[in-house]
This record gives sequence, structure tokens and C-alpha cells, in this order.
Amino acid sequence: MDATIQVMELYVFVLAAVVGYHIIHRVPPLLHTPLMSATNAVSAISVVGAILVAGADASWIATLLGTVAVAAAMTNVVGGFLITERMLKMFGRRDKGAAP
Amino acid sequence: MSPRTLIGLIYLVAALLFIFGLKGLASPRTARRGMHLAEVGMVLAIAGTLLNHDVVRLEWILVGAVVGSLVGAGIAAWTPMTAMPQRTALSHAFGALAAALVGVAHYLEHRALLSTAELAALGFEVMFGSLTFTGSLVAFGKLQGLVPGRPVTFKGQNIFNVALFAAIVGLAVYVVVEPSLPTAFFVMVGLATLFGVMLVLPIGAADMPVVIALLNAYAGLAASATGFALGNDILIIAGALDGASGLILSIIMCKAMNRSITNVLFGAFGKAVVGGEKAAVERSYKSATPEDAAALLEHAARVIVVPGYGMAVSQAQHAVKKLVELLQRLGVDARFAIHPVAGRMPGHMNVLLAEAGVDYDQLFDMDHINDDFERTDVAIVIGANDVVNPAANRDPASPIYGMPILNADKAKSVMILKRSMSPGFAGIDNELFYAPNATMVFGDAAKTLEAIVQELKELAPVARAVA
Repeated sequence: MDATIQVMELYVFVLAAVVGYHIIHRVPPLLHTPLMSATNAVSAISVVGAILVAGADASWIATLLGTVAVAAAMTNVVGGFLITERMLKMFGRRDKGAAP
Repeated sequence: MSPRTLIGLIYLVAALLFIFGLKGLASPRTARRGMHLAEVGMVLAIAGTLLNHDVVRLEWILVGAVVGSLVGAGIAAWTPMTAMPQRTALSHAFGALAAALVGVAHYLEHRALLSTAELAALGFEVMFGSLTFTGSLVAFGKLQGLVPGRPVTFKGQNIFNVALFAAIVGLAVYVVVEPSLPTAFFVMVGLATLFGVMLVLPIGAADMPVVIALLNAYAGLAASATGFALGNDILIIAGALDGASGLILSIIMCKAMNRSITNVLFGAFGKAVVGGEKAAVERSYKSATPEDAAALLEHAARVIVVPGYGMAVSQAQHAVKKLVELLQRLGVDARFAIHPVAGRMPGHMNVLLAEAGVDYDQLFDMDHINDDFERTDVAIVIGANDVVNPAANRDPASPIYGMPILNADKAKSVMILKRSMSPGFAGIDNELFYAPNATMVFGDAAKTLEAIVQELKELAPVARAVA
């Protein structure tokens, strides 16, 4: 693959990291635990890579590895988002009475 | 529109949803809406991937997705809030495992076709994925009590670890130059898994907040590297967001423990603590019963509660909520002071207290409440130790000297709820316990708090009337 594409990917990485830095910096310590489970769920996007491996026409060993990877990543997608919701619900308790 | 373009656009929307989703976490009011955006982003990204023409069969994807979803939902539903640090460590292990396996499979299938840059990314991915996987499992074991929580050390440990790391990097370089030799690749994977164990074993349980944040960053980097190896932008972006988050949390935790970031990046921490020799000197302290404690609180106008890991161990968050509620009904100004490294992970105390139903506007960060201790009648320290040790301010010989602490010692009286006089996890004696304004209340924190609440209700007729 030619080098220009790799440099474009580096652009994507660096810009995303800068955006991430600024956004995460504003998260109050109050929400640091939900933040961890949320970013964990988001980075379970590895499931995309796992799907590409498990769904490809490949050797049985690669398919097996891909399937386990899909399972591991999906654990984080589902578990991460559900547990974040569970925590955030507790932080939202106060608003419940006030909400219309 | 070609499928490739369509998938690219879907990924772009997903990336934006992730970014706006995390932005929502800036406030508890917008956080849930933010998470819904991120969830939509995830569904879009997965659906978009299924459109890829390389995906020719769905059965194995389905098997993995069903198994993973069931396990994830089970963990999310049944993990108690006190076990959140363990769950977080375990989820880092899962994320890293996925990245590592994708890397290995990719290497097996395509090693002959990959460019040097892609191979380098792949090596990085597998290396970080493997070491984060085992490192997180050890962290999980320590937090769950399956592995000794104390630092496990041996002679020549640092030299061994440095040599091991050098060997891994050397093999990774070799794999990039000579990708056709699977033996080198798999030896690298094996050594990286070993390195993950070696990295976390020497770290004590009290340093876990830093370790968890650091493993978070590593897991993010592994995901990003997967993106580089597969030429997939959404993986790069999501991994970068996760990596940035882990890094920021590591830095915050480091500052709160007065450790340098280089110290953390090389993982050589948790060994500074050898204390405990000084504790041999017999010193006198005051101890009190829950009745005495209640009497003290009855006359207080301002109270600050300082929770620590002991509150989690004793599950005392519900009892402490009762006490604070009662005090507030009696007209006492009662609040919580949260140290950044209280507990075993960032934000641990906040989540426990939120679970018990404490309003989040009563939880104050160290910087916002520390000056108020001087004007406080009673500071109640529940299962916290190092984070209130005044030696951090005064004693240059102390291992924790320079660590920012909550100034509980400045309150008129300090009440310390603790099981016994034994020094905390770090083995450092706490001067605060022997201070003239300090009183120890021994016993299980939850039971002690319940007893104080009972006594206080009997002492204060107003409280009884309302209760």
C-alpha cells in the first residue's frame, strides 16, 4: 500500500486523539467511572475488525480466532453500554422528581 | 454510490456520534443522552461493516455476537457497584483480546500481502493487545482477591522486565522485516503475554487506579493499531478516543498520588512503599463508642464525610447516606469530600454514593472542598487512610510525601471509622490517628454508622419527630 494512505491514517489518529483529549478533559471526576465504561464500550469497535475476520472466506483457524474476537468485543459493546446506563441512571435520580 | 463510499460515510457518522456521545459526559444531565448517541453510532458501524463485500458469511459472526452479548448483558446486570474496578479491568482484557486475535488472524491470512507500515501496525496491535490482555487479567485477579494484592517482587525484576521488553520489540522489528517466519511472530505474542503479567504483578492493590487507567489507554492504542493494520478509520478514531481518555485519567491519578508520568509509562511503580518500620513506636490515641460519636455530631454545625476504599469493603454507602440525611434534617451542613484516588478506580466513590442515592451536588472534589475543613466541626473519615495522612504535607521522609491530601486534620474534630489500628494497605502509619483532635471508632463501618444513626435519633428529639 502506498505511503500517502498511511499518512492520511496518521492524520485521522492524531486529530481524533486531540479531539478526544479536549472532550475527555471536561468530564468531571464525578463521572470518571462511567467515562471508563463508556470509552471501553466505544473502543469495543474492535468488533468491526473481528467481523471482517470472522465473516471472510478464510482458513478455519482464522475464522475461529475471528469468532472469539467477535464474542470478546461484543461482550464489551453490550456490557459496556448497559453498565454505563445503569450507573448514569443512578446519577440522574435527582432529576426524576423534577422532570415533567 | 459504491459500497466502499457508503461504508466510509456510515463510519463518518458513527465517529461523530461517538464524539458527541462522549461530549455528553461533561455533565450528569447530558450524559445519558450522549450514551444513546454513542449506542446508535455503534449499531451504525456494525451494520455498515456487514455491507463490506469481504463479509461473505454471517453464521460465525452471529455465533460470536450472541455469545458476547449474553456474557456482556450478564456482567452488566449482576456486577455490584462495589465490584466496578474488577469489571473494568476485565473489560480491558476482553477489548485487548479482541484486538490481539484480530491481529493474529490477519497475520495468518495476509502476511505475504502486507506493507511494511501495515506490518508495523500489526506488530504493535498484537504486542499491546497481548500484554494488555494478561495485564488486565492480573489486575482483575488482584482486585477480586484471586491474586495477592500486595506487590509481588523478586530480585532483578526490573532488569528482567527491561530485557523481556527489549526482546519483544526486537522480535516485532524482525517480524516487520521478515514477515514470512511465523515462529518469530508467535514467540513475540507469547513473550508479550508474559510481559503483561510481569508488568502488573509488582503493583500493589492501592495503586490500581493508575494501573486501570493505564491499561485503558493501552487497550485504546491496541484498537487504534488494529485500525492502522486493517486500513479502517473508525477503529483508528474510536481507539484514539479511548487512548486519550485512559491517558488523561492516568495523568490525573498520577498527580493525585504524586507520581510522575514517566514513572507510570514504564510501569515501574508500586515498589516505593516499604514503610511500616516506624510504626513500632507505641503511641497513644483516643477511641470512642458510637454513643460518643453521636454526642459529638449532635453539637456539630458543619460535617464533612471522607469516604475511602474501606467504605466499599464494608458496603457502608447506604448507612452513610442515612447518617448524612439525618444530619441534614437536623440542620447540619453535611457534605462529602472525594479524593481522586479514593477507592480502586477513578470515580469509584462517586458511583457507590450515587448508588446509595446521595445527590451528586453533595459530592465535592478535593480542590473544591479542601479549604472548608478549617471551618468544619467534625470530619468523618470512613475507611480512608493515605488520602488523609498529614505526613504527606509535613514529613519529607514519608513515602507519600508530596501527595495532595484532603485536609481532614484541619477540622475541629476528626472521627475515624476503621476496623483496627493496623496501618492501611500501603503499610504507612497515619499521624492523623494520633492527633489530639482525632477519635477512633473501631468496628465494621456499616454497623458503626447504623449505631451512630440510632444514637443520634435518640439524642435529638427533632430527628425523632421527622423520622
